Amino acid sequence: MKKSLQIFISLFLVFCTAQGFAKTITVCNSCSAKTIQEGIAQALDGDTVLVKKGIYKEVNIIIDKSIILLGENLPTIDGEDKGEIIKITADNVTVDGFKIINVGTSYTSDYAAIRVIKRNGFLIQNLQLEKLFFGIYLEKSNNGKVLNNTIMGDAVNEYNSGNGIQLWYCKGVEVRGNKVQNVRDGIYLEFSDNIKISHNLSKNNLRYGLHFMFSNNNIYEYNTFENNGAGVAVMFSKFVEMNHNVFKENWGTAAFGLLLKEINDAKITNNVFKENTVGINIEGSNRIDYKNNDFISNGWAIKVRGACYTNNFENNNFLYNSFDISYNSNLNDNKFSHNFWSNYTGYDLDKNGIGDVPYRPVKLFSYIVNRTPETIILLRSLFIDIIDFSEKVSPVFTPDNLVDENPKMKTINHDRS
Amino acid sequence: MLKILKYSFYDLMRSRWSYVYFLFYLLLGVVLLFLNNDLSKAVITLMNVIIILVPLIGTIFGVMYYYNSREFTELLLAQPVKRSSIFLGQYFGVATSLSMSLVIGLGMPFVFYGIFNSSAIWDFSLLLITGAFLTFIFTALAFVIALRNENKIKGFGYAILLWLFMAVIYDGIFLMSLLYFEDYPLDKFSLVATMLNPVDLSRVLILLKLDISALLGYTGAVFQKFFGTNFGLILSSALLALWVLVPTFFIWRIAKKKDF
Repeated sequence: MKKSLQIFISLFLVFCTAQGFAKTITVCNSCSAKTIQEGIAQALDGDTVLVKKGIYKEVNIIIDKSIILLGENLPTIDGEDKGEIIKITADNVTVDGFKIINVGTSYTSDYAAIRVIKRNGFLIQNLQLEKLFFGIYLEKSNNGKVLNNTIMGDAVNEYNSGNGIQLWYCKGVEVRGNKVQNVRDGIYLEFSDNIKISHNLSKNNLRYGLHFMFSNNNIYEYNTFENNGAGVAVMFSKFVEMNHNVFKENWGTAAFGLLLKEINDAKITNNVFKENTVGINIEGSNRIDYKNNDFISNGWAIKVRGACYTNNFENNNFLYNSFDISYNSNLNDNKFSHNFWSNYTGYDLDKNGIGDVPYRPVKLFSYIVNRTPETIILLRSLFIDIIDFSEKVSPVFTPDNLVDENPKMKTINHDRS
Repeated sequence: MLKILKYSFYDLMRSRWSYVYFLFYLLLGVVLLFLNNDLSKAVITLMNVIIILVPLIGTIFGVMYYYNSREFTELLLAQPVKRSSIFLGQYFGVATSLSMSLVIGLGMPFVFYGIFNSSAIWDFSLLLITGAFLTFIFTALAFVIALRNENKIKGFGYAILLWLFMAVIYDGIFLMSLLYFEDYPLDKFSLVATMLNPVDLSRVLILLKLDISALLGYTGAVFQKFFGTNFGLILSSALLALWVLVPTFFIWRIAKKKDF
């Protein structure tokens, strides 16, 4: 009896603090709190600060209590280019439904529209950021969520522009459903582990759509990276999973769909690489599974730069790429099997759906272009076709064990719904 | 000249070879478009046809026509007609009928396929225009060779050799020199070398519409920047036109002096 009473009382207390005593403070032009800063000053842990529609010209709003900062009908916070706008320095803070514009640009400090410093359990959602330097900047913060934000930058030069969503020494963060455009790096991660990034759209960014370094055990799913200055770059990371992403139209002199550098033990499955200058550029990456991907109309579907061992390419479609695979040496330790190659010219006498003649995806010409890039001008010349054919018959320059022994005869149908 | 052009043209229009040539393109276009379900592959095949087959047929047909109509030419020469108009008339007759077979033969399947409703219309017209240019260029070169050589076998030999050189050997030499001088900056050299050969020039012009992703790479950008602009396009067209005009001028000059 005594024990159950105790439980009842403690439950009642919890209930009261969470619901009963939590009050709502309204901020508007005619309210008692006229600015967001005043509203926050009046609030206690667990309160909601409701901001009505209007324009609030404020900078350096510091949220140091566990509150919910809620915008009604998308109120605008205008920083007037003076500096950082919102800084979160408490656990369990929610910021929801604002339009934040005019973040100050600085060459000495990274002003952000919203910054979280060393905190847990934040939720940042439904924000619209425009005219920004850095967008959402998470610093040593864990277990939070960044959902459904729209970030629309106006970056022109790399040196004076910031990143859309930046994670630095973070753990267990979910980034979902955001749209990031026209900033330097769409989504940037450094030293961040166990992050899940899904259903984002990152396009027209100056440098990379997604960029991460030293970030392990992360999952990237159902994202679209389109027309970024240099595509997506992932470096120095382990146990990364990239599934169901779309990399397209990353064109330019230094553009890749996906650049892998020193990536080990990763899984790259069910992605679509379409119309990139280079689909995947691989350097020093080992033990990666490439499965069920589509490479469509890229200049180079896969460019292997060396020091890549025990990679596995299975069940991929290679359709109408100018070059399927390019190698810069004649050593090979990677496996290709059961892929469909649109350039395959073999036959299938036993009708088992697998070509009877092995396919050599590396052409002599791709080797030549690697050595002397200017020779690209001879692409699809009759002479090149002739030397490619003779190399196919007796490989000298290209790795002779680099073959797909079981090329598929028909396009593999990946369910992309 | 126009009368002779008209005569040559109608003569060729009635001949079996024009029909065969026309039907070949028609069939090729139909097969590529309607029996092949991916358009990307069709366009690449089409490009190969245009940059390899069109020059070959232009050369062979030009030489053949000149040797075959020799007796008629001699008959004409006995009439009070200007020499240049005889030969230029014949040349333009052959070249026009060949390019008409090409343009109509390939154009018809594409029109039925619905090219007018798609954005590819410009790329496709570029394909046909370069094809027509190549026909004119190689027929003119064939006429020059035929006028220079009384011996038919020699004439055919040179014509084939010319085609082989332009379509294959030139690229071989080009590639070798690129590899040999790889330590030097080669952008300008490769641009110039491409512009000098009409086959290469047409290939690059078409490629810029097709394999755009590959060509937008590190060095491809140089070419894209050049050929992609209006200046590049005008310069390339001017060069193709020059390739027509220079051999035509030679036809005119040789014809003026030649003994029969």
